[in-house]
Amino acid sequence: MYPAKFDYVAPSSLDEALRLLSESGGEAKLIAGGHSLLPMMKLRLAQPATLIDIRKIPGLNEIRVDAGGLTIGALVTQAQIASSPEVARALPMLSEAAEKVGDLQVRNKGTIGGSLAHSDPAGDLPAVFLAADGEVIARGASGERTIRATDFFVDILTTALEENEILTQIRFPALAPRTGTAYAKFDHPASHYALTGVAAAVTVGDGGSIHQARVAVTGVGVKAYRAEGVEQALTGRGGDALQAAAERAADGVDCNDDIHASAEYRAHLARVFTRRALATALERAQA
Amino acid sequence: MKISMTVNGKQYEHDVEPRLLLVHYIRDVLQLTGTHVGCDTSQCGACTVIMDGAAVKACTILAVQADAAQIETIEGLATNGELHPIQRGFWEEHGLQCGFCTPGMIMTTVDLLKNNPAPSEEEIRKGIEGNLCRCTGYQNIVKAIQYAAREMSGTRA
Repeated sequence: MYPAKFDYVAPSSLDEALRLLSESGGEAKLIAGGHSLLPMMKLRLAQPATLIDIRKIPGLNEIRVDAGGLTIGALVTQAQIASSPEVARALPMLSEAAEKVGDLQVRNKGTIGGSLAHSDPAGDLPAVFLAADGEVIARGASGERTIRATDFFVDILTTALEENEILTQIRFPALAPRTGTAYAKFDHPASHYALTGVAAAVTVGDGGSIHQARVAVTGVGVKAYRAEGVEQALTGRGGDALQAAAERAADGVDCNDDIHASAEYRAHLARVFTRRALATALERAQA
Repeated sequence: MKISMTVNGKQYEHDVEPRLLLVHYIRDVLQLTGTHVGCDTSQCGACTVIMDGAAVKACTILAVQADAAQIETIEGLATNGELHPIQRGFWEEHGLQCGFCTPGMIMTTVDLLKNNPAPSEEEIRKGIEGNLCRCTGYQNIVKAIQYAAREMSGTRA
């Protein structure tokens, strides 16, 4: 399958990329790993006039950990994240999710920036980004701005990024003491896309009860979402509340219904994998 | 547009359309037809090659994105007519039936064993999850990879 014709440019600076992007009048797409965009172009679901390859732009390929948390450049691949000991220490659920993306070859090309900016309803990293309460840095012609995870995903394949903005960095705040995180996934056996993926971050208080829980679900609705009903049902409670809280994982969500799984089955998976992710996260918080 | 890349140690330079996929560049322009096109949707792994040291699916990469890259294909593995230990493993352990998925399986194994020279059976199965075999020969493919891992680490079977 061939994509429709397009022009290809590979700028070597962010400023040049931004200029090309704004000159295109909305007809250009950014490409890095290309593992979400090229399949869509081969199916002619996307037909950009120009591809702007951002892989040559320096400074977008670093993983940094400091007291404030974890900062990852947009071009860092899922394979780099999955094999990073710093990420494994700082945010275990991100390691786990990156390691479960697609397969070895896909992880070697796919980037964290692409995964978030594409906002595939079945992408893994959006769930972790939400459960970690992260933020992205977006560069536009007039400067930089920060977008919080809770404001980032708008609809299917749609984010809060403006047409002429480039996502440059992803930040995950440092975990509070006594916080455990986990990612649990039920994937399609051929594509390895998530039929359901759940990221959970649980912080326990002095008495051992749950001080705060953040839970995010992907693969179930049109976009990854925070399961707020689950989170509320856990605050101030102990481990015995997990089962009942997890029952709310798909409440109020219009679940995807396709050849891979019915809406009813997806809702069921969301509940089961929410319980599992929470159980692991809680165990780690208490360890 | 003009691109140049090194494939199996040999330098190539061509003028290509931006939409030409790497796998078609390798097969149709360079005439290296050992790399196969299976699903064409980055799921089956038949098109796997090594790009700058990492296994990738060449059906989902543009040839222009591989400009200046180092590529290895199945044709580059044997040296002086002698099979690479991974190829020998597939031969010895009957790791193929129809053979269509084999080049991709072998190139993925190159990446797998480079990063994990002594993988467990589970790690092998996880490592090749991006390669589909429609003859359902995974049992012997796993044995072939175990054979190669032993050979490459110097401990003979």
